[in-house]
Amino acid sequence: MNTNQTLSLTVNGVEYTREVPARMNLVDFLRNELHLTGSHVGCEHGVCGACTVLVDGLSVRGCLMFALQAQDCHVTTIEGLADKDGALSPLQAAFHDQHGLQCGFCTPGMLMTLQELLNEGITPTEDELRERLSGNLCRCTGYEGIVKAALQVLQSQSNAESAP
Amino acid sequence: MRSPSVGHSSPRVEDHALLRGRGQFVDDIQIPGTLHLAFVRSPHAHARIASIDTMAAQSLSGVVHVWTIDDLPRGLQDHPIPLVHPNPAIKQGFLPYVLAKGEVHYVGEPIVVVVADSRARAEDAAELVLIDYEVLPAISDCKDAIEEGAVLCHTQASSNIAARVPFSYGNTAQAFDDAHLVVKESFFQHRGGSFFMECRAGLAQYDSHLDQYTVHLGTQVPHQMKRFYMDMLELGDQQIRVIAPDVGGGFGSKAPFYAEYALLPLLAKATGKPVKWIEDRFENFTSTFQERDQYWDMELALDVNGMILGVQGRLLHDSGAYLPRGLIVQWISATTVPGPYVVPAFQMEMISVLTNRVPTSAVRGAGRPQAIFAMERLLDRAAQSLGIDRAEIRRRNFIQPEQMPYKVGLIYRDGKPVTYDSGDYPGSQDMALKHIDYESFKIEQAKALASGRHIGIGLANYVEGTGLGPYEAVTIRISTTGRVFLYTGAAPQGQSHHTTLAQIAADQLGIDPALITVVTGDTAAVAMGVGTFAARTAVNAGSSAHLAALAVREKIIKIAAAMMEVPEEDLELEDGFVFVRGAKELRKSFREVAIIAGGVPGFSLPDGVSAGLEHLSTFSPKQSTYSNGTHAAIVEVDIETGHVKILRYVVVHDCGRVINPKIVHGQVIGGVAHGIGNAFYEHMRYDRQGQPLTTHFGDYLLPMASDMPPIEVLHMTSLSPLNPLGIKGAGEGGTLPAAATLISAVEDALRPYGVKINESPLSPMKVVSLLGVHALGKSHLPRVQAQEPVL
Repeated sequence: MNTNQTLSLTVNGVEYTREVPARMNLVDFLRNELHLTGSHVGCEHGVCGACTVLVDGLSVRGCLMFALQAQDCHVTTIEGLADKDGALSPLQAAFHDQHGLQCGFCTPGMLMTLQELLNEGITPTEDELRERLSGNLCRCTGYEGIVKAALQVLQSQSNAESAP
Repeated sequence: MRSPSVGHSSPRVEDHALLRGRGQFVDDIQIPGTLHLAFVRSPHAHARIASIDTMAAQSLSGVVHVWTIDDLPRGLQDHPIPLVHPNPAIKQGFLPYVLAKGEVHYVGEPIVVVVADSRARAEDAAELVLIDYEVLPAISDCKDAIEEGAVLCHTQASSNIAARVPFSYGNTAQAFDDAHLVVKESFFQHRGGSFFMECRAGLAQYDSHLDQYTVHLGTQVPHQMKRFYMDMLELGDQQIRVIAPDVGGGFGSKAPFYAEYALLPLLAKATGKPVKWIEDRFENFTSTFQERDQYWDMELALDVNGMILGVQGRLLHDSGAYLPRGLIVQWISATTVPGPYVVPAFQMEMISVLTNRVPTSAVRGAGRPQAIFAMERLLDRAAQSLGIDRAEIRRRNFIQPEQMPYKVGLIYRDGKPVTYDSGDYPGSQDMALKHIDYESFKIEQAKALASGRHIGIGLANYVEGTGLGPYEAVTIRISTTGRVFLYTGAAPQGQSHHTTLAQIAADQLGIDPALITVVTGDTAAVAMGVGTFAARTAVNAGSSAHLAALAVREKIIKIAAAMMEVPEEDLELEDGFVFVRGAKELRKSFREVAIIAGGVPGFSLPDGVSAGLEHLSTFSPKQSTYSNGTHAAIVEVDIETGHVKILRYVVVHDCGRVINPKIVHGQVIGGVAHGIGNAFYEHMRYDRQGQPLTTHFGDYLLPMASDMPPIEVLHMTSLSPLNPLGIKGAGEGGTLPAAATLISAVEDALRPYGVKINESPLSPMKVVSLLGVHALGKSHLPRVQAQEPVL
């Protein structure tokens, strides 16, 4: 289990090749090998969602996937959300507007789960949105600001699409 | 002039780093060469340790040390972790050692620590440690623990009772003799734990050249942690610096000093390398302090009109295996019972009970939700027996605003008489009931019932002691570069101290709050400090920030008056300048003033001015200040599945002056979520042998986004006369009456079946079992499926 193997993948547009132990999970790899510490480890059993990242566009629990399973994949983490010039993405900005975070520990996972939803281009109802978020736990906010932030972005996205 | 910032929803300055993934939580601080800790913990609730063999673990590659208590400094072998809040009522105050000494008393108690070059390898080694246990009988439930002949939690104990404290005033015997009605009920209440998203964490470094330690801890109270380290490791003030960086939630359970923390600096020195410990979630469920069980046996005496004559009862509190936090939670429970009501006579016995479970300490609300639940449930029952409306019986018993300040007759945890300072309790209830349209609900309810729907309304009131002293230190310093800094001992875990304290200071300094750099959680930044707990920061640190800013403002004016040779009263501050009123071009910048205050070699300071453009304030409130509020909720119960859906939830909240409405709103909503968890989901279960049964988030349910209803929050503002800005605490109020309100609403929905609910949390299974045969086939609606945990 401690045997190292070669892993090549792309994270936030940057290609990496590293030797990693077979038992290392993806979030530990991102945090400890690439020093992308934005993704957090909250439970290590796939319930809290703080480690959620996108692998080839789909949300994944970084604690439940081995790093080596991401061979040749494109991974997006919270560090990849803001513009290159540092401007917040619409979702990040909405979290700021709507007080969508307090301690900020669950925020990386929340953002990635919602980013996946935004990428799908659908407009869910609030109930559907809350259902979608039910795999991400937050102990501070009671979710209100998070849901409002998501609705704000979904609304402006759907307005933009329906504009002539 | 700038418009004041206090009272406005100034944007959070904390967000920018956190939203970009650039937060600095302890585990985000990565120093090359860091070693990692893993613990061997007791798998038994009670056992004697016959032998420990660490040979195999020691020999594993990458392992640096494997320590038992015998490897610790003499002082830590002989003395346990000191008690924080001594109380003469504690008769058996067992305290834990840093590593177990001969006998273990709960599943999860640390016995051996391994330090290795990675966490994974440290865990590999921990598995190789061989411990020979002599398993002893364990006592799990605190009610069983006080039975005659019960198994003892500690073999050296004389019983399982750690403390027995009477609380009383007035003549209860007379009150109960005179009563027209005595309501008698027993309640079981359970509050689980804090379950913050970031588990406990620490990182220690030792500088051998300076003989100094730096310890990063995910703590609510860095200055208290520093004092522990100084005492336990016999260190001088300059030898230890504790920093609380970004902290991912605290909710009470990050206030204690934990055994694991003591090992960090010791092992950093022993190995010469940075040493990190990141608690995993299993450890979090089995070794972070919880709040857990209370059993209440209560009686309420009333006259024929429903006026309260007296309250008496007994409270059993599950203290767990040790009392490192004394009697804080259970004391608060007992003294919160009277709430917003006139209770002429009161007698409670509080019994703090030792059990073979994780020790307990405060979790957001800290014993208050249980007291409110007990009192409010008694009032509901009394109303029913007397045929009075639930709101009306409360209305008849409220303490009136003109009775303020109101002395309840009890001594609070701060050692001062419980004296409510301000608040309009009847007004609060009226506002909530009007908003939820309480009066017309009965019609709606009857209509719903006719179509097979079971809806109910509940309400509860609360008074909350907040703003506990002794003080919080705030230093405001304008550096010789002109930048404004605010340093405080109040360390945040999401409460937005950086934003709100800057707002308070900015108003006195006449600048944009965003220009103030707030530094929290660093013992090197400000010498004294207390920390964040008991909804105390806005009151203590907020008042200190205000007073420190006022003092710096005065100093700026004094120095500038001397510099410009103008009268002080002609000067004003705005946007980083002090200028002559009506002649804005006659001005000095903060930088220019700070340079003079910093001293120019060879020149004296202006008369009456101390060196440095700075001021330290340690405002100390005379007593706690009391927030209050009312919650009202409408629920729908599916009588076949037991599922409860919250249809409406209204909060009226009075925390005095609101510094930042958006942030207070966030605190209230988050608090309600915690209360909803306590009402329906969160249960830290143990079996009768003291084995924990809920050790992950699949078994222990936290409220999810899909569980939360919209919360309608209304504010009242009863200023506190006890501090300069009239602030009261806002961090916990949202949690306090939530379980009482929701259970009352469920009971109301099930009134056709005469169901009585005397416990929380309330699971769907329990609802169905309380309904018995009524649960079957009575619902005319398409079924709403009870939400099962998703794994």
